Order: sequence, then C-alpha cells, then structure tokens
Amino acid sequence: MSEFTPTESTLSDLLRRDPRAEWIARNRLHPLHSSVVSAGQGEVRGPSGLLRKNPHVIGFIGPNGIKRIDRANLSAAGLNGKKRAGEAKETQLPLHIVDNPDGYIMVVADMIGGRLTGHDKDILGLAHQLVGENKAAGKGSIAVVLVCFGESKETQFDLAGVDRLLHITGQEFEGFAPEARLSALMQVEAQYKPVNWLFPDSIHGGTDLACRLASRLGERPATQAWQVTASNTVSRGASGSRDISRETPRILMLMEECANAIEDTRHQVLDLAFDADAVETGDDYRLIDQGQIEVDSNAVPLAEAEFILSAGNGIHNWDQFHAVAAALRATEGASRVAVDDGFMPRSRQVGASGTWVTARVYLAVGISGAIQHMQGIGQCDKVVAINTDAGCDMVKRADLAVIEDSEAILDALLKLAQEHYLSKEQEKSDAA
Amino acid sequence: MPPKVNVVSLVSVGRHPQSGRSRRAEQDGRAVELGLKLSKKSLTVVHAGDSQEPVLRQYAGMGLDSLTVLPQAADGDALPVLVEFLKNSKAQVVLTGVRAESGESSGMLPYLLAEQLGWPLVPRVAEILTIKEGAAEVLLALPRGQRRSVIVSLPFIATVDNAAAEARQTAFGPGLRADLKVLNVESVTDDAMATWQISAAKPRPKRLKVVKAKTAADRMKAATAKPVGGGGKVMKNETAAEKAQAIFDLLLEEKVVR
Repeated sequence: MSEFTPTESTLSDLLRRDPRAEWIARNRLHPLHSSVVSAGQGEVRGPSGLLRKNPHVIGFIGPNGIKRIDRANLSAAGLNGKKRAGEAKETQLPLHIVDNPDGYIMVVADMIGGRLTGHDKDILGLAHQLVGENKAAGKGSIAVVLVCFGESKETQFDLAGVDRLLHITGQEFEGFAPEARLSALMQVEAQYKPVNWLFPDSIHGGTDLACRLASRLGERPATQAWQVTASNTVSRGASGSRDISRETPRILMLMEECANAIEDTRHQVLDLAFDADAVETGDDYRLIDQGQIEVDSNAVPLAEAEFILSAGNGIHNWDQFHAVAAALRATEGASRVAVDDGFMPRSRQVGASGTWVTARVYLAVGISGAIQHMQGIGQCDKVVAINTDAGCDMVKRADLAVIEDSEAILDALLKLAQEHYLSKEQEKSDAA
Repeated sequence: MPPKVNVVSLVSVGRHPQSGRSRRAEQDGRAVELGLKLSKKSLTVVHAGDSQEPVLRQYAGMGLDSLTVLPQAADGDALPVLVEFLKNSKAQVVLTGVRAESGESSGMLPYLLAEQLGWPLVPRVAEILTIKEGAAEVLLALPRGQRRSVIVSLPFIATVDNAAAEARQTAFGPGLRADLKVLNVESVTDDAMATWQISAAKPRPKRLKVVKAKTAADRMKAATAKPVGGGGKVMKNETAAEKAQAIFDLLLEEKVVR
C-alpha cells in the first residue's frame, strides 16, 4: 500500500516561452521588432512630443557589478515570458505510505553516537529493495522497521527510509548489554515474526548481536553479505577470498555499501508498539559492564581517534595546549604550520601529507583552515573552531565557532575539564 | 593468577592474505598466546579438522607439549564434536579467534558453542586481567582503540581480537617434536554448505558518485562550491568563560568527555 503524491505545482508557476516573440526580438530587421521589444516598457514622450529614451535604464548590472548593455536584446525575450516563481522553494519529497503492513523487515542499527551511520542507511536502502521485490512477487506490503537501543539524536529518520521505529530505551540496554538487547530482540521476534532481520556486519556491536540472535533462534545467518536479493545472497567467506552464493536466509549481516541509501522518498516513521518493560530482563546476566576504561589518548592512532584537539598557528602557549589535551583526554593533532615550526612531530599532522582523520569531534584551536587541512577533516562529524578571525574557512566549516584568543579559551576549558573529572572522582569515592 | 584455570584454545588453519597459503591464523595465534599467558600448564589447544595439516606444527611450535585434534573431513561441521569435547573436558575458559580465515568464516562457532553449552560469551577480548572466585575481569577491544572492562562468570567463551598481544614466534623443531593427540571422533558433514555455490571472490563494484543536479548551473555549483558546514553557531561577544562552557557542553553532549 504505498502511494506517491506528486509535488504540487500549479500551471501558473510554469515558465511559458513564446518562441516566436523571442525570434522577433533577436531579429532587429524584423518589422515587428521595435513593438515586441518595447512591449513591456511603453514609450515615453517629452513635453514637445519627442520620443525620449532614458539612458539610465538601458542595460543592467552584470554579475561582477559592471553595467552591461544588451545590444542584441537577448534578454528582452525573457520579459515576454512569465518569471519562474518559487524556484528556490524546497522540493517536498514524495511520502512513502505503508498502511497495515503484512510483514516487517527489522533493521537493527548501530547508531554510533545516537545517529544513523552511513552503513545503517545503506542497510535501510537494501531493506526497501527487498520490500520492492517482495511486492513484485505478490507477497503483500512490508514495512521497514528500524530497531535501535539507547539514546537517539537522529532527526532525519524519515529521509533515511524508516517506515516504523522501534526505539527501545531503558537503563538496562545502555552501554555494553548484549544479553539485555538479545532478550529484547527475542521479544520483538515473538511479537512481530519479521520477514528478515538485517544487521550491519560491523565492529560496533552489530555482528555480535546478530550472532547471538542467530544462535538463539538456531538459524544459519549469512555473514559479510554484499549482494542480496529476495531469493539469493552472495557473501564473502574465507577471510574475503571466496564468494558464497546461497538462498537468502532470514538473518543477514551486511557489509558496507551493500546497497544505495534512500534518497528520493520520505517515510512515515510511526512508532511501533513495543513494551520495553515486558522484556524478560533476567537477573542472571553473566556479563557485568564495568564501563569504558581510560586509555592513553595519545597512544590511539590519529587516524582512528574519536576526539582530536588540534593546534595551529594561533597557539602561543604550547605547555598549556598539552595540558588541555591531557585534561580533556583528547588525542593531539596539528596543522602543517605547527609541525613545520617544530612544535609538534610530523606524525601528528592532520590533512594532506599528514593523516586523514575520522574523529567524531574535532576541536581546532588557532587553525584557519587551509584547503589541505580541510580535506583531512572531511569525515569528522562535529568540528569546533577557536579562532580570532571570524571570516576564516574553519569557522565556516565549524558546527560551533568561538571568536577569541586561544589562550583565554584554553585556560577556561582546562579549568572546566579538571573540575569535571575531579567531581567524577569524588562521586566514585563517595559511592565506594 | 591462580594456576588452576583450565583454558582451551581453539585453533584453525589460517590463510595468508596475499599469497593465499595456509598459515597460523592471526587471531587464533593470539588466542593461544593469551592461553599461554593465563596458564601454560593447563592449556589445551584443540583443532577440529585434518590431523595431517602441517600448520598445526606452527601452533605447537609456540611452546606447546601437545595438541589435540578432532579429525574431521574437509566438508565437516566442527560444532558437534567441539560441543561434545568441551562438555567432557573441565574447561573453564575457551578462547577462539573472532573469525576463521578459511571456510565460511562466519564467526558463528563461538556463539553456537556458547548457546549449546549455556555459557556466556565475551566478544573481542583484548586482555584477561584477573580470574578469581569464579569470575574473570576481561578487557574488550572497542573501535577507535578504546577498552571496556567486563566481569564475566566462569566458565565462559571469549573471542580474541586483533588488539590482544601478538602471537609469539613459532619454533620449527619443538613444533615437530610436539605430541599430536588425535582423538577418535565421528566426522559430521555440514549438509547446508553442500548446497552453496562457492567461487573466487569477485571484486566489489566501486560506488559511483552520482551527480543529482538537474541543471548545468547546479552542476557548476556542486563542482566549485567549497565544503561549508552551514548552520554553524558562531559566538563572538560572550565572555571567554561562556564560550568555553559552550564548547565543553558540546563535548559532554557528544560523550567524548565522559
């Protein structure tokens, strides 16, 4: 039951050209030329009855601010046609509606940092491919359900292709909780009997959860699948050296870029009924999460660091910079200038001829953002800039930009970080 | 570390990524290394497969006195024999790699073992810190070099990540001299696998950059536009403390400062 409503456009908004009028306007020898060209303007007669021409209205200001006179009168033809209205109007994508679905495809997303990853979006795209194939085979309409755990900051579920949303929240599902999540998925399985379970084959927990579900259900999944249709699945085996082609199983773990993400439709994102409290959260969980432990942030390779504090030409107090990086538990990065000047080692350089980083948060201090540097941080999610120049490229790229001298901000940040970790320790010692 | 922990490391035949020759599997080698570190005396290294495989000598060359083999045909299913073996052994900790380098390499074996034995499974272990009073504290390897500490009750199964300590060098002579205990077990055929078509891996198509602009002006704009985030918040006139607080709040919200 999907239905596409076309974008609304009235006939009056359309640009209607008059090719004959345009042709006459181009041809200055045409007997009707003067009347066609002056049609929109009307002639002005002076007090003595002479035809007057206003020299100031001739021509127009071109894109570089220079006055241009259109002697060939090419633009006059445009005057006859109606102007295109509402060109800048944002196009409303058609809404994909699924009422009373006959079945569900569950997509269990990684949701790193509470947002859909590119991998998740590809899998949602694949789910819609499967829905299309099932529909063509006359198996009724199927809704794509996104199953996600914990906190969600995603605002564009509708554009990613989520027909139904199953957001399972609760303290017991936070952090590392594979057993609690598995029992939630088991309840989803019992309640909805999905046509397919799709998981990202990723190190962010997707593979782990999928393997647990498959072994609990006693079904043989396809892992590292990369070419999936409703009937056949091709997956990698033998450490990526073999292709295994088989009938599509119900549980699939999919590689990145297994399909194209949804681009031209909006989706409903209706909440699916699910009682998270009814999940059998057994007290016999045998994995007890002790939380993430601190690692030496500078030992983490720069290319895969999660949080980078990067220094550029605007840093004068280097001891303070290192202290802030240590206090924030951030990996240190640097721009080319800082490295060339000998303040940072070459291995810390970000950008062209350095490292291309993938940090989730990139805090650039005193970096104006040369294009070679901006290429290097292209994959970063959130960029924060501290700079004295409000017009620099880094400020334009940044999600949060602060216009101030770096030393004052770093000083305040250092204090905040120290206070934060002190209070954390206090809490811990109080609880113990 | 108390000496009385029975550790079983499961090993398989690896595949060199470039030459394709069989070798000691990367993660399985690390599983043996971790087992040796936990308890050298009570470590049992088990292989389900061909007992004539020369790669087994590479594992034995890591300083093992003996190696247990559960003989299976090439199309055999390792799961039933391993379940039977582990049920009868007094194993408290079972270590495997995350994914085998040959066969289906689905990574499902440790999960199926855990399910059938009713043991907990710890995925992607980097280190086992302590084992005492029927529980172990293990460090999990998370993406981006992070670590998570988890307490798990014995007995358990752990898959060993690439972040664990590297496997030690293997010695040729001791490897040849090591004792290969070949147990007498039934070979179970994997029927589902017989229906699959297995071929050499085709290179995956590269994703093309699709130009979605409808007019030439749009295409020009897309080709020449500088990458601009857009909609970023700019703070100019606040005090330094307020600005720092705004930055710190963002760091807290993104959970990079915990």
